[in-house]
Amino acid sequence: MDSRSGVDRALPIHIRRVTKTYGDVHALDNVDLEVRSGEFITLLGPSGSGKTTLLMVLAGFTRPDYGSVRFGDREVIRMPPHRRDVGMVFQNYALFPHMTVAGNIAFPLRMRRVAKGDMGERVESALATVQLDGFAERRIDQLSGGQKQRVALARAIVFEPRILLMDEPLSALDKKLRDHMQIELRHLHEKLGMTTVYVTHDQREALTMSDRIAVINHGRLVQCDAPRTIYDHPATPFVANFIGESTLVPVEVTDGRAMLNGQALGLSAAPPAARCRLMLRPERLTILPDGGHPEYNVFPGTVREVVYQGESFVAWVTLRDGTEVAMRGISQRESLASLPAPGREVLLGLHHEETVLIPDADDEGAKA
Amino acid sequence: MTTGQSAGQDANLKASPSTGPSHGPSYGLAPAPSHGLNADELRRDEARERLVMFGLSVPAIMLVLAIIVIPVGWLFWLSLFNDEGALSLDNYTRMLDSKSYTRIFMTTFNVSVLTTGICVLIAYPFSYFLSQLPKRWAALGLFAVLLPFWTSLLVRTYAWLVVLQRKGLVNQWGIELGLWEQPLKLVHNLNGTLVGMVHIMLPFMVLPLYGSMRAISLDYMKAASNLGASPARAFWTVFFPLSLPGLFAGMVVVFVLCLGFFVTPAVLGGGKVVMVSMKIETLIDLFFNFGTASALGVVLMVLTLAVLFLAHRLLQLDRVLGGGRGA
Repeated sequence: MDSRSGVDRALPIHIRRVTKTYGDVHALDNVDLEVRSGEFITLLGPSGSGKTTLLMVLAGFTRPDYGSVRFGDREVIRMPPHRRDVGMVFQNYALFPHMTVAGNIAFPLRMRRVAKGDMGERVESALATVQLDGFAERRIDQLSGGQKQRVALARAIVFEPRILLMDEPLSALDKKLRDHMQIELRHLHEKLGMTTVYVTHDQREALTMSDRIAVINHGRLVQCDAPRTIYDHPATPFVANFIGESTLVPVEVTDGRAMLNGQALGLSAAPPAARCRLMLRPERLTILPDGGHPEYNVFPGTVREVVYQGESFVAWVTLRDGTEVAMRGISQRESLASLPAPGREVLLGLHHEETVLIPDADDEGAKA
Repeated sequence: MTTGQSAGQDANLKASPSTGPSHGPSYGLAPAPSHGLNADELRRDEARERLVMFGLSVPAIMLVLAIIVIPVGWLFWLSLFNDEGALSLDNYTRMLDSKSYTRIFMTTFNVSVLTTGICVLIAYPFSYFLSQLPKRWAALGLFAVLLPFWTSLLVRTYAWLVVLQRKGLVNQWGIELGLWEQPLKLVHNLNGTLVGMVHIMLPFMVLPLYGSMRAISLDYMKAASNLGASPARAFWTVFFPLSLPGLFAGMVVVFVLCLGFFVTPAVLGGGKVVMVSMKIETLIDLFFNFGTASALGVVLMVLTLAVLFLAHRLLQLDRVLGGGRGA
């Protein structure tokens, strides 16, 4: 296993125009996606967006209307699931209740007629990889949620597939364990190097784990980029709303300049479209002291409410034109000392470099 | 009493003054007075509640006594008297000596095993088929299985007689279509008995099987397939083992019901297939021999209980074995 190079362990996935309709509903609508060899890519979207359908197409459980899926050079779209040779972790783990931990992990090896002696060794090593040494003879119903998760993972990687699919594998775990497993899965991916397609509706999970995030909505691929790009430069209002919090304010674009309430905005980049929205993320806004601030776009307003949330606080500010904007600050001594009181007039500042305009898309901008 | 008194005083300090000196709780380490904070009242409520609950279950207990314990006890009692009315084990020793009784038990056993086996062969594929259908269609199939339950057992049995007899439907059609020349002997023998019994018993096999098959998550099959199992291997390595509890439950129910079955083998067997229940009937109806009949009944009951007990043990054993099978 260790002698293999990283390239050998992984395969790129080429998804081209994959489409699946259920009646009038497009579960997948001409999805094109290139997953690089060894990449950790996350399919992110609200429930019913089609992300799970896409994963099921990759695993072979859903037959699309048309389209092409290639693992490396091999077209797999018509291949039955048991020949695809991809590992998969199911949302509810789907561990066989009539087998022990070892029996479950040995299952894919048995199906591949691996020699008995070899089998024990590989089961042991897979158990070690997920840090469950000594659990081989346990019954499935004797395991905790986190342990089941690890067994499911061990079963999915024991036959060294070059593609690993995961369907919301952490959604059944409590928050502490989930945070822990996110990092652990990340490390495991670095160690094993297989191409990983991960499905989640949890944007923080996606940001934490992925090399790239593919945002899917209404069966369409909306944007596929690195987490930082997705967060800082969302391609559509939907992405801006779905990942992180944001208030989107329509701006007027004339002669390459963006105007908000008659005020010209300092921008990080030229306006991308004739109709744009200004993205105001709570944590990117700061409360400025009185005076001139050439680096900032300044929005005066009145504090409506302040809520302390532990690690941070949120202030809701009503701007002059009536727009309600949230502003978030870290709970530390200085910022807490200058916590604005409700009713007070404040100047909200957004740095020019963080002033991002998003092209307005009518079809989805209103939603989410 | 000195230590007790000091502890009592201690308890007194904590008890409410109106309840007076305490004697009860003066032994333990915890000085909590038993009469403090409604403790006595709550305990009385608890006792009253238990009494009421018992009172409510008295009719049920009486019913069980009247229809199970007393008759079975009486049966047992009757079996201990021989033909002369003396207390003895004659009825049981005769059963051991006489070949005819052994044969009757063997027949009963054979017919039950065959019926159970045929039921499995028919019910398993049928239940599997139903379990893979959408719930609405499966409900229709189950309804079809349960429909005969609304018809009298006797009517169903005589219907088979009409269908299977020498000049019955099956023989008429078979001869008219040229499938066979002479009427087949389909009834008044083992064939007829089995056809009738399988028909009656099938729902008892289908229901638990269908239940356990429905409970098998589709995800298990998906996982097996994803891990490299062809549909056939996925069925034998995952689906079939997971359906075994339902299969065993159905087998036990059908087998036990067959052991004591009377009407259908009596009508369709034509006297050639003599099962224990029929022998009991003859002994009482013709020979008025309550002693031997009771002894047969007792033995049949003990055998049935033994089968149930064994099945129970084996099913548990299977759980353990099943847990280690994959390794």
